Amino acid sequence: MNQGRVWKYGDDVNTDVIFPGKYTYQPMEPAEMAEHALEDLDAGFAEAVQPGDIIVAGKNFGCGSSREQAATCLKAAGVAAIIAPSFSRIFFRNAINSGLPVIELAEGTDAIQTGDSVGIDFTAGVVEHDGRTYSFPPLPPEVLAILEDGGLIPHVKKVLNG
Amino acid sequence: MGMTFAQKILAAKAGLDSIDVGQIVEIEPDVCLSHDNTAAIAKKFAKIGVSSVKDPDKFVIVLDHTVPASEEKYAQNHKEIREFVQMNGIRSFYDVGVGICHQVLPEKGFALPGRLILGSDSHTTTYGAFGAFSAGIGRSEMAVLYATSRIWLKTPASFKMVIHGRLQDPVSAKDLILHIIGSIGADGALYKSVEYTGKAVEAMSIGSRMVLCNMAIEMGAKNGYCIPDEKTYAFLADRAEGEYTAVFPDEDAEYEQMLEFDASALGPQVARPHTVDNVSPVEDVVGIPIQQALLGTCTNGRMEDLRVAAKILEGRKVANDVRLLVLPASQEILLEALKEGVIDTLVRAGGMLLNPGCGPCLGAHQGVMAPGEATISTANRNFKGRMGSRDAEIYLGSPATVAASAVTGVITDPREFF
Repeated sequence: MNQGRVWKYGDDVNTDVIFPGKYTYQPMEPAEMAEHALEDLDAGFAEAVQPGDIIVAGKNFGCGSSREQAATCLKAAGVAAIIAPSFSRIFFRNAINSGLPVIELAEGTDAIQTGDSVGIDFTAGVVEHDGRTYSFPPLPPEVLAILEDGGLIPHVKKVLNG
Repeated sequence: MGMTFAQKILAAKAGLDSIDVGQIVEIEPDVCLSHDNTAAIAKKFAKIGVSSVKDPDKFVIVLDHTVPASEEKYAQNHKEIREFVQMNGIRSFYDVGVGICHQVLPEKGFALPGRLILGSDSHTTTYGAFGAFSAGIGRSEMAVLYATSRIWLKTPASFKMVIHGRLQDPVSAKDLILHIIGSIGADGALYKSVEYTGKAVEAMSIGSRMVLCNMAIEMGAKNGYCIPDEKTYAFLADRAEGEYTAVFPDEDAEYEQMLEFDASALGPQVARPHTVDNVSPVEDVVGIPIQQALLGTCTNGRMEDLRVAAKILEGRKVANDVRLLVLPASQEILLEALKEGVIDTLVRAGGMLLNPGCGPCLGAHQGVMAPGEATISTANRNFKGRMGSRDAEIYLGSPATVAASAVTGVITDPREFF
């Protein structure tokens, strides 16, 4: 069971507020991207986030642009996982491809608040909060393999090199 | 049971007779698009350890997001992309000034019926207007396509949207798609393939169909689709890069939802800050002061958009305290608009002509806003901070609404000018 401290946000958190467009076409390493994470949603986040923290949000997390930095910056900031009732399609792929676990949790997110502690068991497909457990469909093995290798690029490199 | 467009094209690309919704297939896309993000993709590609791009003829690269470079770091980014293109023998490269990728791909004949197109840009959905299956992907996925030409896709469920009636001038496809997104929400078509049909879509120009498909992503869709017809084939006649075969949904295809809209009854619509689904009839927002008006982008920078704006601005002046920015979506459109006198009209009215490109839409350069300012824009997103300050506001509307508002300095119902 991975335990983490929660940052809670609402519905439709878009990629522009996660990682502003003005930085999108500047050459930048992940550590610098992390300094801008959630800049236009929660200006205090980048400084206060701790490795292992978990983002819990409302529906349609990551809607908008295809910019992969929206996932990369959160991963580099130390975010261990994002839990939401639904994710935008491109963000979902980008997160997996960046090695950042994303959990589609149908119920339970409403009760979780900033500062709460949440436990995640990826293999069993269970989220634990305040003595209650909520289950989610575990990711397919192909997708888990990408996460375990740390993202799509290292995964493909490994596959191509046999 | 028949198949939807998405099922049919994905089955064909995967070499299968039939395919189920939710089924994952590995396929080879026909065309892959990237833009100013190509240098970053090239760096990821280098990490895979493959020496050169597997099939360079599959890739189209267009520089459009921060063009021409406004800062040294952007100049360096463009330089690295040109070097990558040269080194890997990528022939379909369009440097700064040619236009916005989503306009350039159709103009250069890459957006064809029955093609499977993936782009590292969310508005790649635009090419559905030509009967292509086109969707956005991320940078890592594009890097892997450089290396292997292959990718996995999940077969989406489909929505059929039937648009009855006919749009009444100056109400446009932009008003219609804003109304649809406002009705079903920013996640209303999450992960779905959206097929637009009905008399109103049949009556639409290619440019208007592009508006519907461009903004499919704003309701979460994986792709949008319009049935190719004589208008499509006429547009492509002198452009198509190679042969193509159109793919049509079966008449007995199964749709997860069937949604119906009436175009005839629709008035102008505006999306208020800070989400695209925060849509109201223009009557609810008239009178709100704006400091900037943006006419352009991959959503509304085509001839029909510039023409309607020129019609409103002919013999009038942009309000004193308003900056009207005009960005034709491509060089081809700019030339046509010059020839037709449309640019003359817009500039005489006080509009400022900028080079074809994405411009202020993503807040990287050209016409960003200060805190407390408001823009009315023909773009597709009004997220907080997208056009500069996080304390500025973006309203989205049709080219007619933007032009009418530029004249009065407040959000205005364009029907007052018709």
